[in-house]
Amino acid sequence: MSWRPSASISNLRARANILAKIRNFFAEKQVLEVDTQAMSAATVSDLHLVSFSTQFNDAGAAHQNGKTLYLQTSPEYAMKRLLASGSGAIYQICKAFRNEESGRHHNPEFTMLEWYRPGFDHFDLMAELSDLMQLILSCEKAESLSYQQAFIKFTGADPLTSSLDDLKQLILTHELSADWAKNETNKDTLLQYIFMELVETNIGKHVPCFIYNFPASQAALAKISVDDSRVAQRFELYYQGMELANGFHELTDASEQLQRFQEDNQLRIKNGLAEKSIDENLIAALQSGLPECAGVALGIDRLVMIAVKAETISDVIAFPVNRA
Amino acid sequence: MANFSTNEFKNGLKLMIDGEPCNILDNETVKPGKGQAFNRIKIRKLISGKVIEKTYKSGESVEGADVMETDLAYLYNDGEFWHFMNNATFEQIGADEKAVGDSVKWLKEGDECVITLWNGSPITVTPPNFVELEVVETDPGLKGDTAGTGGKPATLNTGAVVRVPLFIQIGEIVKVDTRTGEYVSRAGK
Repeated sequence: MSWRPSASISNLRARANILAKIRNFFAEKQVLEVDTQAMSAATVSDLHLVSFSTQFNDAGAAHQNGKTLYLQTSPEYAMKRLLASGSGAIYQICKAFRNEESGRHHNPEFTMLEWYRPGFDHFDLMAELSDLMQLILSCEKAESLSYQQAFIKFTGADPLTSSLDDLKQLILTHELSADWAKNETNKDTLLQYIFMELVETNIGKHVPCFIYNFPASQAALAKISVDDSRVAQRFELYYQGMELANGFHELTDASEQLQRFQEDNQLRIKNGLAEKSIDENLIAALQSGLPECAGVALGIDRLVMIAVKAETISDVIAFPVNRA
Repeated sequence: MANFSTNEFKNGLKLMIDGEPCNILDNETVKPGKGQAFNRIKIRKLISGKVIEKTYKSGESVEGADVMETDLAYLYNDGEFWHFMNNATFEQIGADEKAVGDSVKWLKEGDECVITLWNGSPITVTPPNFVELEVVETDPGLKGDTAGTGGKPATLNTGAVVRVPLFIQIGEIVKVDTRTGEYVSRAGK
């Protein structure tokens, strides 16, 4: 009966308990809880993210030419505007929306915990996230591998020096069934595919596993490393077959950020997608001065899945999209 | 035949993969928070019966396979083809040995089978889950033995050999589960 929740009431209790623990964790550290807007005038330019949009019938606006507003894919831009305004350390628990398929690990609206720590770099934040994981999941301390170390360990190839052809050969050697790969022209797509098949399947089985220092071409909103310009100070957390969190030592340079957004849009055009207007408020905030900080977003639904040993995300969400 | 994008993938969709019609058994989207999404599918190749996995970049398209399933009644075998008929339209179609495969030992006149057609030609024949067939050969068993202690082999009128309880005699009609090849009961019970 689809009017009933897909999650058991006991799982929903466990979920509430986890949220209470998270709020307590941050209260003790005096990290401020914030609640920013779910709808924004601008959205992400990332090639691989699809946002929902709606029309706002502002006073006097005719229905058909209302103002377009986008549902957030994460609260990142709004939270950075607060940081640039002197908020200090902040966290938020909110809904994020992505117009993508639903599945065992995905629902188009999901609950995200995002927090920012001025004065932290990505390693400091990884340590804090590991503490939170231990608190919620009673697991052991997380282990850490750089992207390059992990890739070499499980594939034998160096992701930073391998060419497009080297990676295609690697796919053949490992007999991966990806017929499209031979015609692929984007090295990052091949890296992401190989990482998914050979690295992700082998890490974070018993303890949470951080992968840090992603290739600079997959930097997103992370700083490029000063020591090695081939990598960005970005990390991901994997545990029990799922990607749980993504974090950055945040890019604070407004002009570099603007340039990355413009490059995103070039890539969108190349892939036959519409350009996205750049979030001028974020750029203005960076120009005014974003404090040096690290930030991370964690999927709460997946965290609860691990805590209650759920098989699918619908076991921990009251009404997933097919019952919404 | 139309192409299907990965976001149209779902269980039961028929695709042409490696030149062979395939049925999707399982479709999982693997979408990292940042970066390219992939669809990992488990498929059954409908001619060889092999089950394999394939991964596609999300957004890619794959050619669909013109595959349909139809319920047809088995008529007769002419030595080369097994003939089936649509009981509503009386249209007939012949399936070759490759399509009939192991199902041959369960085919009884008049039984409705599921025939899978690819571009209009039969590629597989699936018998009903339960068929009732006559025992044409078996050792005489002890009357009164109902304990089912392992049973004994019996040859049925289609040539199939199944294990039956000792009390089953030649000439009796037995009900068999074609998915497991196991005896279920005497017919009509």
